[in-house]
Amino acid sequence: MATRTIAGKTVQVNDEGFLTVPGEWTKEIAIEIAKEEGIAELAANHWKIIEFSRQDASASGKSPTLRRITTGTGISTKDLFALFPKGPAKKVARIAGLGKPEGCV
Amino acid sequence: MADETRKIAFICSKGNLDMAYPALVMGWAALGNGIDVTIFFTFWGMDMINKDRVDHLEVPPIANASMKMNMMGVPGYLGIPQIAGVIPGMTAFATALMNSKMKKLEVPTVREYLQMLVDAGAKLYACKMSVDMFGLKKEDFIEGVQDIVTAGDFMDMTDGAQIIFI
Repeated sequence: MATRTIAGKTVQVNDEGFLTVPGEWTKEIAIEIAKEEGIAELAANHWKIIEFSRQDASASGKSPTLRRITTGTGISTKDLFALFPKGPAKKVARIAGLGKPEGCV
Repeated sequence: MADETRKIAFICSKGNLDMAYPALVMGWAALGNGIDVTIFFTFWGMDMINKDRVDHLEVPPIANASMKMNMMGVPGYLGIPQIAGVIPGMTAFATALMNSKMKKLEVPTVREYLQMLVDAGAKLYACKMSVDMFGLKKEDFIEGVQDIVTAGDFMDMTDGAQIIFI
């Protein structure tokens, strides 16, 4: 398993750049990965989505699907795609320090 | 290649409930991965975007060899006798069964799924020849259907796209 240093912290990552140990995630890491994903600044709704995803994943053991995120946060599909443009599925998971979403919806 | 956005186009030609889902599921996955999605509805596939029909798509057990009775909890892989498929109510029964299974898995209805796709940026089009043949108008379609286009238009708008025919 590879490691990399993000925001001054060394974390375990897989070959696609997803953190593999959710406990190693910090808000600073999220900000740094978001920049890599083209999101210059994380606004309140970004954090709402990130926090929901982390809570949901820790409860279920699975990274939430996009539909689970929209129903769970009350943030619309349109807004979700505007907040995390060009592929929110992987972007949300990467920024939230989780694996790829499991499930098709 | 890496800098260019990947594009996928689906052609939906079937109006049965089981054939409505493939493009919806794959289209949604594609959008989630940042892939550009176009869906072209032709022939019976137009039932998926027909306002009056989208909530009434059905799955008939007749001539469907894969639909076994284990879906209803009967052990093994006993088939449904084809003759039973013609009994009035069998299609409604099979449809209700499939809808309830989908609901249990939290799979959205076709109408809701299409709305999700549109909200996520998918472009929906109806086929001109089919529209003319069935005597339909743009007003007959759900919101989100952008236009009625010819086969030639479809070829132009899917330049460079991967095309999946369903």
